[in-house]
Amino acid sequence: MNSAALTLSEPNRSSLSAWVYLHPRSVLLLLLIPPLLWLGVVYLGSLFNLLAYSVFGLDEFTGQITHELSLNNFIELTRAANLDVILRTTLMALMVTLGCVIIAFPIAYYMARYTKGKVRALFYLGIMLPLWSSYLVRVYAWKLILAKEGIIGWLAQTLHLDWLLQGILSLPVIGGPSLSFSPIGTFVVFVYIWLPFMILPIQAAIERIPRSFFEASMDLGASSWQTFRTVTLPLAIPGIAAGSIFTFSLTLGDYIIPGIIGNSTMYMGQVVYLQQGTAGNVPFAAAFSLVPIVVIGVYLALAKRMGAFDAL
Amino acid sequence: MSAVSFRDVSRVYDSVRAVDRVSFNIPEGEFFTLLGPSGSGKTTCLRMIAGFEFASSGSIAIHGQDVSATPPFARNVNTVFQDYALFPHMNVRDNIAYGLMVAGVPKAARHREAEAMLELVQLPGVGDRKPSQLSGGQRQRIAIARALINKPKILLLDEPLGALDLKLREQMQVELKRLQRQVGITFVFVTHDQQEALSMSDRICIFNRGRIEQIGSPDEIYETPKTEFVARFVGNVNLFEQGALPGLMSTERGLIMLRPERISISAGHTSERPQKIAGTVQDSEYLGAFIRYLVRAQNGLDITVHQPNLGHSQHAPRFTPGTTVGLGWDDSALHSIKTTKPIAEGGAG
Repeated sequence: MNSAALTLSEPNRSSLSAWVYLHPRSVLLLLLIPPLLWLGVVYLGSLFNLLAYSVFGLDEFTGQITHELSLNNFIELTRAANLDVILRTTLMALMVTLGCVIIAFPIAYYMARYTKGKVRALFYLGIMLPLWSSYLVRVYAWKLILAKEGIIGWLAQTLHLDWLLQGILSLPVIGGPSLSFSPIGTFVVFVYIWLPFMILPIQAAIERIPRSFFEASMDLGASSWQTFRTVTLPLAIPGIAAGSIFTFSLTLGDYIIPGIIGNSTMYMGQVVYLQQGTAGNVPFAAAFSLVPIVVIGVYLALAKRMGAFDAL
Repeated sequence: MSAVSFRDVSRVYDSVRAVDRVSFNIPEGEFFTLLGPSGSGKTTCLRMIAGFEFASSGSIAIHGQDVSATPPFARNVNTVFQDYALFPHMNVRDNIAYGLMVAGVPKAARHREAEAMLELVQLPGVGDRKPSQLSGGQRQRIAIARALINKPKILLLDEPLGALDLKLREQMQVELKRLQRQVGITFVFVTHDQQEALSMSDRICIFNRGRIEQIGSPDEIYETPKTEFVARFVGNVNLFEQGALPGLMSTERGLIMLRPERISISAGHTSERPQKIAGTVQDSEYLGAFIRYLVRAQNGLDITVHQPNLGHSQHAPRFTPGTTVGLGWDDSALHSIKTTKPIAEGGAG
């Protein structure tokens, strides 16, 4: 009796598991220190370091960075050619996001509501499989598909739809000599590459909607279309918002796809890459790097304002 | 004309007969309960009335009209779901007004109607809140209000009280009965809780393995069960083989039912009722309103007895295990159940 009471009132504090149990906050801190160091010092530190360079200049004769504060780089950003790049990239990112939503939604909807078990696993595999192969290989594969002599051109010729393809390619601004040398091609490849990042969050959002919600809606007299508009879509918005953050920001920063597919017009990622690498103008590249961050900030603020995160 | 009528309805999923040749009629204005253990087919029947599932064979008519090809949104029937299914992205007012919104009723009119429904379920003033800001009992009322706004002829309730705690559940039982009298429509109620079924229903339909065991008023179901399953499922029961008890003799093959609360228990041999059998107390359980004894009778039968708790008076002395007692009952307390198979297990169920 006595010994039992003793063990109950004085637990064995020397054992490690007891210490872990009794000090949850210390354990949390221990676990968090490595990732916090990585994120805080290595990642954010170097990012802020880069951004700090945006207020420095470049000596035009020596090519050395001059550590004098100036806003010249930002004034440079507002030049027509640079504004053009910013506008083009943002527009492309918006279009790619929209294209991804339109293609991803039906797939995600079907997956979430009509598949289970093995069939769903097959869908996951189909969506994820491309991510397991090299990004460059897939982009170059698309270059072949979209080339003048590629399968699309061949198909158009065989089906005597040449006129349609030529008509599309002769459109101003987005057209070009062939699909692989036009902004249309850039768009198609962007949509293909980022599609998994849109399907998965939408699928997760729709999967979370209980079946009884659809039944309740129909029970109260809503047709399938009304149910979609008033129940399914609003509850899928957080998933669409999450997916669009991926597709939008990934498109804003990418420099490989527009470098391989498309005409010679520049996108933000390419400008940063060229300024930093070829031209060695790190301060201007740093200033340009700030643009996508600001654009995404504006994008998120707008999305929040439109209530995209209300149903979270 | 019946509000709902089932004719030989079956529902088969991959060779499993969830509902097996079921027929019943629900008159207009009745509080009709589908009672049974989980997986007995009661919820499937409800879902077939709502239109979420269709019969594999047989026919279902609502107010005389065959509904075998009618989708849920074209039926004048509404459902209160087990999980309430309130839309989380709409406030309470828009949830209640949803049925009117999809029917194209203008905003001002449907909001007025929603406020009236909130009055009906005694929750005025919560229209601006989100469902997540309400308690379970409040959500329950909102779900009922939403289902009633389309003025259905039939309200279907799928275990709506299952998620509530006991006190609230009892309160909602009274509330639902009041509501049914007030709106005067047919209620079809699904539950696995026999107490709930007895206290609320006009008639109860008992399901077991996809089939109907018995349909009747709560009194009929409890006092004169037709099958062993019904006798065991509703309330506590002693079941004996025909001839095992003194008193009632029958040439029919079957079981004798004796409810534990119809048996009187007394010490020695003095009792107002004639003692039928003597025995020894094996076990006693204090259950508040009554005390449950397990008595082994002289002839070897185990009999469960419920003695009403009359306090520590000499009219109802408590018995400890090992005590010799006399058990008595009125012959009218015995009810015989015809059966084709031998008794599965003796004693209390």
